[in-house]
Amino acid sequence: MTPMVEASGIHKSFGPTEVLRGIDLVVQPGEVCCIIGPSGSGKSTLLRCVNHLERIDAGRMRVDGKLIGYHEAGGKLHELRESEVSRQRRDIGMVFQRFNLFPHMTAAENVMEAPRTVLGTSRAAARKAAEELLDRVGLSARRDAYPGQLSGGQQQRVAIARALAMQPRLMLFDEPTSALDPELVGEVLDVMRGLAADGMTMLVVTHEMGFAREVGDSLVFMDDGVIVEEGAPRDVLSAPRHERTRSFLSKVL
Amino acid sequence: MTEQAGAAKPGRERQEIQAVPVRHPGRWVAVAILAVLAAMLVHTVITNDRFGWDVVGQYLFSAPILNGLRNTLVLTVLSMVIGIVGGIGLAVMRQSPNPIVSGAAATYIWLFRGTPLIAQLLFWNFLSALYPRLSLGIPFGPEFVSVDTNILITQFAACLLGLGLNEAAYMAEIVRGGLLSVDRGQAEAAGALGMTRAQALRRIVLPQAMRVIVPPTGNETISMLKTTSLVVVIGYFELLTSAQRISNQNFQVIPLLIVAAFWYLALTSLLTIGQGFVERRYGRGFVPDRPGSRLLPKAGNK
Repeated sequence: MTPMVEASGIHKSFGPTEVLRGIDLVVQPGEVCCIIGPSGSGKSTLLRCVNHLERIDAGRMRVDGKLIGYHEAGGKLHELRESEVSRQRRDIGMVFQRFNLFPHMTAAENVMEAPRTVLGTSRAAARKAAEELLDRVGLSARRDAYPGQLSGGQQQRVAIARALAMQPRLMLFDEPTSALDPELVGEVLDVMRGLAADGMTMLVVTHEMGFAREVGDSLVFMDDGVIVEEGAPRDVLSAPRHERTRSFLSKVL
Repeated sequence: MTEQAGAAKPGRERQEIQAVPVRHPGRWVAVAILAVLAAMLVHTVITNDRFGWDVVGQYLFSAPILNGLRNTLVLTVLSMVIGIVGGIGLAVMRQSPNPIVSGAAATYIWLFRGTPLIAQLLFWNFLSALYPRLSLGIPFGPEFVSVDTNILITQFAACLLGLGLNEAAYMAEIVRGGLLSVDRGQAEAAGALGMTRAQALRRIVLPQAMRVIVPPTGNETISMLKTTSLVVVIGYFELLTSAQRISNQNFQVIPLLIVAAFWYLALTSLLTIGQGFVERRYGRGFVPDRPGSRLLPKAGNK
């Protein structure tokens, strides 16, 4: 079976700072992989490399067997055109820490936007799909509300529906609950739990250890640009093998 | 959260505040002064017959004035269209990752903002002194069509080139400011959904930037309305020129200035109202039921 995500030897620097220092990671289809680690460990950057929001300096990133951002021909890498990168991103949904909903559009318009603009879906079909998706995240009653009129948890659920509208095969979550008030975290995690139950492949950068333990199939602990430890969430969380993992977990658990 | 002791518990007896309000004698003095000044102004405008209100009435809708008004309107609208379209293009170029493209836009802005508009108008008008003939063809190669510069660049065309290209430089900075005001996460979210840079710009970034772009653009349009009077330096005419031509003959300077001022104020008022509508359109999702214009408060707003 082709892995959904296959990162090998990923390096990435911002100026003189090396943020990723040789990452190898494999995520199988249907797998929910959670990435934890202290801030500045490079976990968000790794996620952003998966859909080429960040360009990697070294290594290979493959999604569903296809090289991201490049194609290989005659033993050489060729950069993809912008339109080809955009095409690759259609299959990879992303949810951001700060939601990044389009504030000038209603919830339904946010969900309809990409299918309408990118795929050329008819207005009626996009509207119908958007209503179904908003229903799925429990927000059909708020479909005509603007993001500014929604709570953080509601905004993040709209953002998930927006990403799902492109029918992605992989979903990336970049600390989806970190900007939320504590009492709103649950509703977003519930939606994500539902997605996982439906068999969606998910790569989740998170600080929610409970979610990682309960929903995750695998857990990756990153520190200082490398993967320190990975394995089944239960094992890593309850019996970490590395000192750095242990000290991190002792602070957050 | 811990509840604060005694905070707004229902059932507690309500004690109305009965305080003597602070007096503001200064405000009454100010109102009195302003009332007297206003009365003096109205009085002098009515009683001083050198205002020549009969002359104002006579010329307000006269053919030469309306002709000038039409030219002012046409020049303003077309120059602003050139300015806005050119400004968006320059602002996008300015943000290009390619340093040559961004440098070219920066140079254009530097050149057109850095030289007087009058000089630019004169330059376009006297382009034929520099290039007697203009031609279309392959660079350094054969020419397909060639025309006399004076036939192609009429006075009107020189006005549009001068006003429009100058305006584009100012609009470029206004648009760039608008684009910078939109959070980078918006373009990223659009990109992550599979939109190209152009699609993200058109559908996501520019509509949000418009909220910031519209108010200074309204400024520019109102300013352009009056800047068009500079075309007199190349012998073209508009509202103010028409008024002055008449007063040069009948020596009724003040009444004709009032005629011109009346029309400028009328157009500015219309533009202000129009700007209110545009602002409300692009304010969607930001401030609910935002009063777009204080001249036209939305029903229900105080």
